[in-house]
Formats: sequence, C-alpha cells, structure tokens
Amino acid sequence: MIVGKQKPIDEIWESINGYKKVLVFGCNTCVAVCHEGGNKEAEILASLLRMRSKQEDTEMDIRDSGIERQCEHEFFESAKKEIEWADVVLSLACGVGVQFMVKIYPTLLVYPGLDTCFLGDVEKPGIFTESCQACGKCVLGVTAGICPISRCAKRLLNGPCGGSNKGKCEIDKELDCAWHLIVERLETLGKLDDYVEIVPLKDWSTERAGGPRKLIHEDV
Amino acid sequence: MNAKTPSKLEKVLAAGHLAVTSECGPPRGSNPKVITNKAEMIREYVDAINITDNQTSVTRLCSLAACIQLKLLGVEAVLQMVTRDRNRIALQSDILGAASFDIYNILCLTGDHQSFGDCPKGQNVHDLDSIQLIQTIRHMRDNGQFIGGDDIERPPQMFVGAAANPFADPFKIRALRLAKKVKAGVEFIQTQCIYNLDRFEKWMEMARDLGLTEKVYILAGITPFKSAGMAKYMKNRVPGMDVPDEVVSRMAGVPKEKQPDEGIQICLESIDRLKKVPGVAGFHIMAIEWEDKVPEIVERAGLYPRPEVS
Repeated sequence: MIVGKQKPIDEIWESINGYKKVLVFGCNTCVAVCHEGGNKEAEILASLLRMRSKQEDTEMDIRDSGIERQCEHEFFESAKKEIEWADVVLSLACGVGVQFMVKIYPTLLVYPGLDTCFLGDVEKPGIFTESCQACGKCVLGVTAGICPISRCAKRLLNGPCGGSNKGKCEIDKELDCAWHLIVERLETLGKLDDYVEIVPLKDWSTERAGGPRKLIHEDV
Repeated sequence: MNAKTPSKLEKVLAAGHLAVTSECGPPRGSNPKVITNKAEMIREYVDAINITDNQTSVTRLCSLAACIQLKLLGVEAVLQMVTRDRNRIALQSDILGAASFDIYNILCLTGDHQSFGDCPKGQNVHDLDSIQLIQTIRHMRDNGQFIGGDDIERPPQMFVGAAANPFADPFKIRALRLAKKVKAGVEFIQTQCIYNLDRFEKWMEMARDLGLTEKVYILAGITPFKSAGMAKYMKNRVPGMDVPDEVVSRMAGVPKEKQPDEGIQICLESIDRLKKVPGVAGFHIMAIEWEDKVPEIVERAGLYPRPEVS
C-alpha cells in the first residue's frame, strides 16, 4: 500500500489560509490504513483547522468529507456537491489522489495535506516499512524474496557493501541490511551457492529513469 | 599470472614481488600542490598511489584530475571510482578520460553513503554496483566495447581492482563475495585496514580454499594508528572496521607522546605476520593524513627499495 504522513500543521495552514470555503477531503484506502489521510483523519484535521481559524480570527468555513479512493472516477460522484462548494480542497490522499482530483476538476484549487512517503507494509500496528519502489522489473526472484532496490540504501544488486555491520546498515544501526537478510534467507533455503551468481546491469528504463509510466489493457 | 596491461603495479605483481601501494586523499579545494607534495613524499617507496574518490562522501577535488596530476609527475596512479555519484554514461566517459592520459589502474568501489558527507540531502546514483563496474571495465578493455555494444576506438588498458572487507558481515559470504568479484573479472584487491589478524587469516584460508588467490592479487590493507583516540574512533565510528580491544588497549597503554611510535610498531608487526600468509601479494598502506610516515614504514618493513620493472 501507499504510505503517507500528514504535513506539519503550520504548512497546511499556510496553504489554505485566506480562503473562505475549505474542504478537508479524506481518502479512505491506503492512507487510512496508516492513520494519516482517511475520512476519520480528515474530520480530526478539519476540527483542528477550525480551532486555528478561531484563534487567528479568520472567517473561514472549514468542512470535511471523503471518499473510498481519490484515484478512481467512480468514487467522486458521491462527493460532487461538497467539492463544488469549496474554494479550495485540502486533499489527504497520496500524490496520486491529489493529481487525479486536479485532472477531474481542472479549475479547482487542490493542496496536498500529506507527504507521500513510500510503498510499504504494516510491519506492526503503527509501524509501516518500505518494501517496494515500483522499479518495473521485479528482482525478488533472484534475491530470495527480499528487495534490495527498496531496502538497501545503495540499491545494490550484488551486495552487501562493506558497511554491513552485525546485520545492520551503515547509515542506521536500527536498519536491517537487506543483503544480510538475503544471505540469511538464501542459506535457510539451502541456496547460498546462488549468491555467487552475478546479477547483471539493471534495466532502469522501466523505473522513473524511463519517464512517466503507463499500463494499458486493450481488452478493458 | 602474466601482465595484460601496461600497468606498473600489475608488472610488479606478475613478477612475483610483494607490491606496495599507498593512497592520497585530494584536497577540499583546487590547489594541486596538496596532491603533488604528498606524491613526491612517497613516490620512491610505493609502486602506485591510489587517489580516493570523494571519500566518506565529502566533496573534494576529483579523483581523475588528481590522477592526471600524478601522471604528469610520472607517478603511477590508481584511479578510485565509486558508483555513488555517476551513472553508466559518466562512468564510461570518465574511464575513457583516464585512459586518454594512460592511467592504467582503476579501483571499483560502491562508495560510502552520502549521509556521511557534506551533502547528506543529495541524491545517490548507484546505476551500477561495484561488481557491475568491474564487469563494465573488463568489457571495455577486453572486448573494446561500450556497455551499449558500440566499438571503442583505443579501448582503455586498465588493471582492474576492487576493495574487499574481510571483516564486514555476514562473515560466511565474505569469501564468496570475493569469488563473485573474481568472477566479474577483478584482478587485484586492496583490503580494508587489518587489525584483527586472526580473522583476516581465516578469510585468506577461505579464499585459498576457493582457489581465489590463484586468480587475484590480494594487497593487505594497513593503516597505522596515530593515537589511542584514533584507534577508538576507528573501532566505534568507522563502518565495517574491526579493531580488537587488545589493540585499542595496547595503544592506550602507552603515554600520549609515545602513541605514534606504538602505532607504527603495531603496523610493522602486522606486515611481518601478513608476509607469511600464503596469497598475500602486497600491502596497501593507508596512512591517513600521515603520509610522511609511509617511507619509514616501507623501509622498516623491508619493502624498500621498490623493484624496477619494465
């Protein structure tokens, strides 16, 4: 899922300050799971902003709403009225949702309320961990199911580097060295000999390097 | 092993001599004298001098330009090249640039993470990793081709090296990792600084068991401690370093003014012991900001004068 984090309240306030009708708009899928951008968080943030508006003595009408997903057309219909009411929308979706809304409403002001962080898993309740960078050419088949592109600070395909220490990365003693994990798992699987195989130069054209990507299903 | 390139370092090794290399870090400025003065100080005592490539991710004068400064002095250079800062276009381009000045040695490295340096908010590249860089240079040299397949006019003639850290984790793949570098085409190795000799000897034994010492020259990394403080710092702060407690306490056990002598003594004892380890083909002496000690170390270790090769 996509993991995001609410922007600092001062930054959010700066982006909406001065507008009369503000809609704080939640996205109730990925970013709701990480407790940052769901409809519940939109409600809480809207009330915080109303308090701020009162403290600063501004005349703003701040409301909240939300939909299941801000990255698909079908969900927008239910919130049409609130969106058209607003002078400005503070979207709590990831960057995908913010841009999708801009596509649907070309003249509407939409500001991001979240910083989109990464694609990750729910390691434990409240702990979210990056585990994919959508490079467009999955290497998990040759790295024992552990992704060095997203989990090695140097995205090494033939790691570990010399900075791996007691299973941790050189940049952070709390961070697991992805290549340490790969080696341990290769050993568990009885495939340690596979380690000697050199992973060839990666084709990065399927990643960001190749420009914005699109997937088309002709049959849909 | 016969020499395949015009590299003096390769010729020394191929002739069966214990090679000696050292290294200079370029300045944080554009004064070439910093490099040339260090080089003049040690040139008679080593076979080649490595120039580090923005080591610890701190921005410095570029390795290639500093290598050219050495070349102009007639000193054999080892161009260190990290994959952190350049994509495959820039790497190949810099290799050709070095080749145009007849720089005959290159050391392929990943590079420390940029968070250690003066631009922690910068991007890193890692289009290739160090093993793929080894493959790339061998391909350019041996097949006379770019990665993209086009022919290179006057391909680089470089003796290809890499680093190895016998002390990093996980230890069980340390020799396999060397095997992987050998498979990629590496021809010489300069190791991480050795303080834990027992562990180094174990690593060499594993390398010999895999037949690797027949295929690659291993230069043992040596760094003298200037003080007990430096020993502690290396032990606790430098990634991938293994400094046993007894070495730290030996340094701390002598008065401060005697510590530099003790550091040199430890390093000479290490060289003496490492000379006896089968497969050790030479020494890479990294006297960090203490280059003036290199001549003394080389002489007292019985590695002077350096052999003449042609």
